[in-house]
Amino acid sequence: MSLYYVQKLIYELNRDPNAAKRFEEDMDGLLEEYDLTEEELVAIRKPDIGLLYVLGVNGQILMHYSALCKMPWDDYIQAMKDGIEEHGPVRAGLYARTGGGAV
Amino acid sequence: MTLVFAGTCSHAPGITGRADRADPTQRKTLLDNFERMRQAIKDSGAEALVVVAAEHFANFFMNNMPSYCIGMADYYEGPIEDEEWLAIKKTRIPGNSDLSERLIKTIMRDVDVAYAQEWKFDHGISVPLHFLTPDYDLDIIPVNINCQGPPLTPLNRAYEFGRALRKACDAVPEKIAIVGTGGISHWPCTPDSGKINEEFDREFLDHFIANDKDAMLAYSDEETYERGGQGGFEIRTFVAVAGACEGAKGELWCYEPIPIYAVGCTVATMEVA
Repeated sequence: MSLYYVQKLIYELNRDPNAAKRFEEDMDGLLEEYDLTEEELVAIRKPDIGLLYVLGVNGQILMHYSALCKMPWDDYIQAMKDGIEEHGPVRAGLYARTGGGAV
Repeated sequence: MTLVFAGTCSHAPGITGRADRADPTQRKTLLDNFERMRQAIKDSGAEALVVVAAEHFANFFMNNMPSYCIGMADYYEGPIEDEEWLAIKKTRIPGNSDLSERLIKTIMRDVDVAYAQEWKFDHGISVPLHFLTPDYDLDIIPVNINCQGPPLTPLNRAYEFGRALRKACDAVPEKIAIVGTGGISHWPCTPDSGKINEEFDREFLDHFIANDKDAMLAYSDEETYERGGQGGFEIRTFVAVAGACEGAKGELWCYEPIPIYAVGCTVATMEVA
């Protein structure tokens, strides 16, 4: 269920400015409240959008998070491609790469 | 009969956030038809707009995911997304808790729905409102169908929800407009963003315009995922509008596959008589 908590954390950050503020000011304290693996913690702290995508974070949650991180659109798309290159195919969820992207 | 308008439209965040990167001719066609829909809603005399949306984890998560939820507040907030990214300013949007409650009570006789007295809009509602009620001067009643976190409500239930929504709209004195908003085929939020299956889209839209219930409900989630991607699950919003207008026909005003917007941009209406 670890992926569940990665997604839940990002969901909270995306929708709640207070959670995002706490993430900035007390990241360790906030992360302690979620059941996360070492790999997930690395991905969250960086943040590594490509690895989070490969871990299977729902794409809609991840897209909003990339926006919260002020990541330009093209960089966000490229980060997912790089994540697959580095870490292999998406491991869980609906948001696997199918090929044929146009932009 | 107090349902005075029904339609569907796209809500992709690229429509506002990456506005100028589209082919100008395609964009103009899309914006012209959003404007046509805005005018049609205004001309209908609608006193409230029910937006049947497929939100993207702005309010609902897998800790407690309703298949159907209706807002019951006097105001809402949104969008949750970064303002520059979506190119829509965060604002307060008017609601009508009393009207919501009356609609919900009637719908509950036929379909189990959750209700929410707070609700933060994401692009799924904020993009349509940006074009349809740009001054935020019309009461909005948000409705969500879970199209993002499986297990998802079956299509036949989405159709029944639409029928129940219609019954509820017709039971109140206020004039109500309904707009369903979702994508057809699309692979958003993946490296394949921009992939669009126009053949699937046009086939589905033909069924929608004909309000061919059997054809619309025949899509399995497996087929939709294969041909329309995970974004295709949002056809539930179209199916609900079709259910709300059972027996009536629709009209396709706009279908423009715009890769940088990551979806076939659609504006359509359905007769309400």
